[in-house]
Amino acid sequence: MFQIIPERNELVVTKLIENFGTSIDQHEILADMLCVTVKKEVVAELLLFLRDDQELQYNFLTTLCGMHYPEKEQLGVVYHLHSFVHNHRIRIKTTTHLTNPNVPSATTVWPSANWMERETFDFFGIIFKGHPNLKRILNVEDMVDFPLRKEFPLEDQTREDKDDSLFGR
Amino acid sequence: MAKRVNPDYWDKDIVKTEEPREYNTLNVGPTHPATHGVFQNVMLMDGEFIVSTEQTIGYIHRAFEKIAEHRPFYQVTPLTDRLNYCSSPLNNMGWHMTVEKLLGIETPKRVDYLRIIIMELARIADHIICNSVIGVDSGALTGFTYIFQDREFIYEIYEEICGSRLTTNMGRIGGFERNFSPKVWEKIRYFLKTFPAKLKEFETLLARNRIFMDRTINVGPITIDRALAYGFTGPNLRACGLDYDVRVMNPYCSYEEFDFVIPIGQNGDTYDRFMVRQEEMKQSMRIIEQALEKLDNMEDKETYYASDPRFVLPPKEKVYNNMEALIWHFKIVMGETDIPVGEVYHAIEAANGELGYYLVSDGGRTASRLHFRRPCFIYYQAYPEMVQGNMLSDAILTMSSMNVIAGELDA
Repeated sequence: MFQIIPERNELVVTKLIENFGTSIDQHEILADMLCVTVKKEVVAELLLFLRDDQELQYNFLTTLCGMHYPEKEQLGVVYHLHSFVHNHRIRIKTTTHLTNPNVPSATTVWPSANWMERETFDFFGIIFKGHPNLKRILNVEDMVDFPLRKEFPLEDQTREDKDDSLFGR
Repeated sequence: MAKRVNPDYWDKDIVKTEEPREYNTLNVGPTHPATHGVFQNVMLMDGEFIVSTEQTIGYIHRAFEKIAEHRPFYQVTPLTDRLNYCSSPLNNMGWHMTVEKLLGIETPKRVDYLRIIIMELARIADHIICNSVIGVDSGALTGFTYIFQDREFIYEIYEEICGSRLTTNMGRIGGFERNFSPKVWEKIRYFLKTFPAKLKEFETLLARNRIFMDRTINVGPITIDRALAYGFTGPNLRACGLDYDVRVMNPYCSYEEFDFVIPIGQNGDTYDRFMVRQEEMKQSMRIIEQALEKLDNMEDKETYYASDPRFVLPPKEKVYNNMEALIWHFKIVMGETDIPVGEVYHAIEAANGELGYYLVSDGGRTASRLHFRRPCFIYYQAYPEMVQGNMLSDAILTMSSMNVIAGELDA
């Protein structure tokens, strides 16, 4: 378990609400980490704010990954940030509708977001606005599907012996 | 920024014309003996100097994140083996700890210490590969041939514990599949006794070797600021001078009880990365010694798995002789146990840096989403910046000192 620091969590939430107000949809503690859901329009500014604010200093982008929520017809992006100064980790989430998968890019905040965003685009089809070189990274360039979306089949669909319901899906 | 080599240094007596430079494109990889893995770098060369580099990756992409969504937790362990295949046990243990965090399983102290021994052995094996390969790429094959015997011996220890060598699939959720045999302890103690001298011998071959120093010092350097911006972790970040180590910052698996030093470098160049890894191996030996001492002082010599029958597979003898154990074995293997809804992120200090697992469970038999934070994938994108302006032969050394593992890069 990562160390839970309640004062830090509160400080982050207070500061974010103070500066971004209605753009903060939700905040909760999941297991050992504070998780803040924000509107996608502000996500790049919010990450920059978290990085540069003197009291917060979330200076390190640990990881960035995509999500797919088929029942809500949404795609999501999850950022894990780490403040080396305060040794505190938080998770920022944002969602976008499947028909308009645009999210502001974080490459201007952290260069390391470059490949992580390309990977997310590659697998989920989330278009990061402002990314310098948004193209597929792990899959072949002429692929048309986005393989980590839930509707993308894993197995050969002609087989009948492998029923997804046997695996809880 | 990478230090640009001044061409005047070697051809200052040659009369130069002001003609436009002629650039050549050079393909390094995808299958090139000097890249130690499937990487492609399309380099724009000005003579021997690199003007720019474009990386292509994904040649051994195996869609682990997708496959993991269709497999119960136990069947994900073999996938993690194949991330950084030079230190599979580290990946296995990291994955088990992530699931334990989601399920809320508390592991006994003895399991923690056994895990630490295995993880540190894996770290040593990984660093042996990286450091000896730096030697090979700079033309010193001797150290490689000697030190690889010890890596082989570590693999024998793995084999004694779990039956396999490279892709180990070691351990279970909540502990290990069986207790360590007396042979294992004998081998670990033998390793602890003999390895320091061999490591010293290896270090003597390279560390103060004039040729090696000339080839590595100031080659492929990166500053702390750039390294942090590029998401460096592990020995590569510590070589720049920042003492970030997950084992100390966010202790897991009882690491907080151990006394060890985080070695750091100064310039973030190839030589510092080599020396940081070298020192880390010695620290790993210290940790293993302490773990052995703690285990010796323990009354309990039998516990090797957590007592949580809902998720921990019962021992095989009990499955054959005991009805309850058989039922639980069946339920766990068929995924009939209730998995809580939730999401966790767990990180361990793998040989290359922070290896993270982001696991989202919707209560089904499998993860609804599993994301691996692979350290290689994140820091390899700094490579063009690090080699720009350097010579091609330095770029090869830079890559081997970053310890980019294709399996981890491409997932």
